[in-house]
Amino acid sequence: MAKSRADIEADVRDVLVDALGVDEDDVVPTATLKGDLGAESIDYLDIVFRLEKKFTTAEKPFKIAQGELFPENLMTDPSLVEAGKVTAKGIALLKEKVPHVDVSEFEKDPQITKLPNHFTVKSLCDFVQRKLGS
Amino acid sequence: MRWMWIDRVIAFEPRTRLVAVKNVSLAEDHIHQNFAAEGDLPPCPVMPTSLILEGMAQTAGILVGSVHDFREKVVLAKVVSATFERDINPGETIRYDASIERMDDMGASTIGIVDRFSFADNAWAPVGRIELMFSHLDQNRAGVEFPEENFVFGENFRTLLEGAGLRKFQAKA
Repeated sequence: MAKSRADIEADVRDVLVDALGVDEDDVVPTATLKGDLGAESIDYLDIVFRLEKKFTTAEKPFKIAQGELFPENLMTDPSLVEAGKVTAKGIALLKEKVPHVDVSEFEKDPQITKLPNHFTVKSLCDFVQRKLGS
Repeated sequence: MRWMWIDRVIAFEPRTRLVAVKNVSLAEDHIHQNFAAEGDLPPCPVMPTSLILEGMAQTAGILVGSVHDFREKVVLAKVVSATFERDINPGETIRYDASIERMDDMGASTIGIVDRFSFADNAWAPVGRIELMFSHLDQNRAGVEFPEENFVFGENFRTLLEGAGLRKFQAKA
């Protein structure tokens, strides 16, 4: 049976509590992984591994490819980032490759260093839901 | 002193599991540093948990490094969890049993079980469990360049590994 949104949110919350050592109550949909929950670079890999484990079933593996959840390598291309800002081409690519990240606010001041501020608990839940549905 | 916190590799299943042991001796300085005699209290020489952690990091790190024949610069990136339920005393043997839980190009997560053999009890007893994450440095450089030379698994390290018996297991595998 397909997981409900509430089930997904509860599982994602478990993953973040374990990976980041945060309080369950702090894991709200709008919380950002970096700013609000204190995630550091290696935590993203930890989160990926834990999500895979959490959502893999006997019937279907849940495998996250590099760059599928977090746009790690996307942004090292010089045509996508100019003088520290993501170009229009970069924004279009973000929308295509990581649709679970809401870039509507980011677009107004697309400094690459601010991109992690738009990665929220909701982004993770959206990603899992989309991936499980496909 | 060499920063080597395992004495011998005793089992090796390529890409999967590595088991190593360390004998704890009263001659080691670090045994005496945590709980020295104070007032009426006698000294309590035990193996510091921070160094037990280091021993597991080395065991698991060697396992992760061996997957790509020590070409990757494998660094300990995160202690996910570490729990200890009893001390390890001089004259006892520590056993580090490390397994890879998950691995990809970016790094690996490992699960490690620590036991001790006590001659007083003539039995192995559980000491703790340590979960770690390792990063492949060159895959996670975020714009930072590191030297080509593998400073994690250098020549000295390989010599020590041969002394610890890993090569023997690799030759068999």
